[in-house]
Amino acid sequence: MGITQTQVAVAAKPLESSVVRIEARRRWLALDLGELWAYRDLVYFFVWRDIKVRYKQTVIGAAWAVLQPVLTMLVFSLFFGKLAKIPSQGLPYPIFYYSALLPWMYFATAMQGATNIVVENQRVITKIYFPRVVLPVASVLSGLLDFAISFGVLLALMAFYRIVPTRAVVWLPVFTLLALLTALGVGLWLSALNAIYRDVRYVVPFLVQFWMFASPVAYPSSLVPEKWRGVYGLNPMASVIEGFRWALTGHGQPPGILLAASSAAVIFLVFSGLVYYHAVEGTMADVV
Amino acid sequence: MSNAAIHVDSLGKRYRIGARARYHTMRDRLAHALATPSRWFGSNPTEASGAGPTHFWALRNVSFALEEGGVLGLIGRNGAGKTTLLKILSRVTQPTEGSAEIRGRVGSLLEVGTGFHPELTGRENTYLNGAILGMGKKEIERKFDDIVAFAEVADFIDTPLKHYSTGMQMRLAFAVAAHFEPQILLVDEVLAVGDLSFQKKCLAKMGEVAHGGRTIVFVTHQMNQIRRLCEKVIWMDGGTIRQAGPTAEVVGAYEAAMASGTASGNTDRGEKVRFLSWEIVDPPNESPHTLTVIGPVTVRFSLRVSQYICRVTHGITLYNMDRQLIWGWAKYNLQLEPGIHSFTYTFPMLPLRPGAYAWMVSLFEDGELLDMWDCLPEMNIATEDYQHQKDEWSGFLNIPSEFSIEDDCDRNVVQVRPASSGGMDD
Repeated sequence: MGITQTQVAVAAKPLESSVVRIEARRRWLALDLGELWAYRDLVYFFVWRDIKVRYKQTVIGAAWAVLQPVLTMLVFSLFFGKLAKIPSQGLPYPIFYYSALLPWMYFATAMQGATNIVVENQRVITKIYFPRVVLPVASVLSGLLDFAISFGVLLALMAFYRIVPTRAVVWLPVFTLLALLTALGVGLWLSALNAIYRDVRYVVPFLVQFWMFASPVAYPSSLVPEKWRGVYGLNPMASVIEGFRWALTGHGQPPGILLAASSAAVIFLVFSGLVYYHAVEGTMADVV
Repeated sequence: MSNAAIHVDSLGKRYRIGARARYHTMRDRLAHALATPSRWFGSNPTEASGAGPTHFWALRNVSFALEEGGVLGLIGRNGAGKTTLLKILSRVTQPTEGSAEIRGRVGSLLEVGTGFHPELTGRENTYLNGAILGMGKKEIERKFDDIVAFAEVADFIDTPLKHYSTGMQMRLAFAVAAHFEPQILLVDEVLAVGDLSFQKKCLAKMGEVAHGGRTIVFVTHQMNQIRRLCEKVIWMDGGTIRQAGPTAEVVGAYEAAMASGTASGNTDRGEKVRFLSWEIVDPPNESPHTLTVIGPVTVRFSLRVSQYICRVTHGITLYNMDRQLIWGWAKYNLQLEPGIHSFTYTFPMLPLRPGAYAWMVSLFEDGELLDMWDCLPEMNIATEDYQHQKDEWSGFLNIPSEFSIEDDCDRNVVQVRPASSGGMDD
């Protein structure tokens, strides 16, 4: 709501006076982030549509955002915790699992949403131009609302177990951003691939499952042998989840090496994703 | 280059046959990748190999310039490349070769209501659709009241779109687009739908736009619209420009070609027999392909037979624009002498919902195809709409009905009446 008139005028100007050149080949890597900025209102409206539509005609609406992680947390606490007796870094099982499920579920939903977003918007893509990168960006952003809602439950859980966050909590936005960028990077790749090969949508559920076991959701990363840590960190979600637990509760270690490896992996993922997406973008309307 | 608003230079677009209908599977692509590894990473799946039998040029060697404020009409049969050209100019897809330069803010209207979501209200959809067209939030806010007034949906603006009739959706969609105010407007055949009075209103609005110095490229099958709005016309045929020039000249040539059947048609055309043209003979109309009454209707298909044929089956079908079969019929065991023949059909009524329809006529001899013709131009039904306002209660047919409530005691009609008035029926 807070966009001022002047900002819009600034955005409108380059559109109005510009000369658009249409060619068979666009410059490789002409990542037009300026254009994405010019279309930020559209990003906003796509996010807003996604959120509005998501819970229309559902009975309990946004409560789903809470129920899903809570139920999963209960199941994990019972089977992995109480029965399998997986070590939990001295944390109560509900906190141990919920603090991991929170970023994990955001990531998994955002990644799946972004993968399907191009195909879902097939009609729009074949009828009108806008920078296509708006779609996965909006998709990844719209998951943040559910994330925020289920975050409230975490605060309640922590209050219940009388766990006070340490100063490390300032790192939380960093790990959230890392989760967002990971989802975006993977989403860019998969949504572009999905537009061409519908095989992708069958692959994604498995990918999510395998990826979860490759991330310390159900177990602490301390179970991973020291010498494999660097490799393990190539999975950015490993640092995100370890980071969440550490930032919120102060238990576990700060994910030093993990974070370095993960950041490198995310930068590579997002950058290569943008390049591939851009390459497919021009003919997306023909193949989707 | 001068300062033309649109400058198109030998534009071409190659498609893979069936690429739209059937997406590739990873297996196909991997198999192909083994043969040409360098292309696997390529951006353009349509370029995997040259223009072999699996590819075709939807557009080739198209060049033209349109000065600022010019209004250009694009005509031609279906598949002539008109929409492909608009898609490239509006940047929906990129060309395979050539280039184009566009000066100014482009608004494209390849479809009305792009991005409309049935669950969202009229208000929400207005914002969404406006943003998709390229308007900022402030701009939409400023124009919102005008849009709603133009669309005549003020009472329903906070109702979910799924409860709107098709007509109302169309009106809202067009209203948003009409208020976009681009410097260059690209319009595909979007006015063929919707009721007649709103079509007129849209045309008036477009005329306003046209005379307001805006550059417009306009695709339609309706020649009277072209005549009214355009100064220049390009006739597209088989992906290339067949003729370009002043409206009267090009439209005249196009209509003449249509009538004599020399426009290249679909590929299953016969040698022994060939359908040439079709028209609505009765009732006579300004355009012989537009129907403004429900019936009776007489339609005539003419064909040329070059040698005697017997045991002929003649089939006829009518499709709507979603390619749904509306009606089909066949006549068996015909014999035809060489010469020009006409098949005439008289229908007591053609109660079809307004819109564009396509006839298809065919001839078979002993089960072997002699000729099959997707009749061009399409039949445009522009009758009044006698349907339910809500989309879910309106169907394919447009049947006028008379309704009355009878209050007839003699027929012992069961009626609800106050108990005190008893004693009338014995």
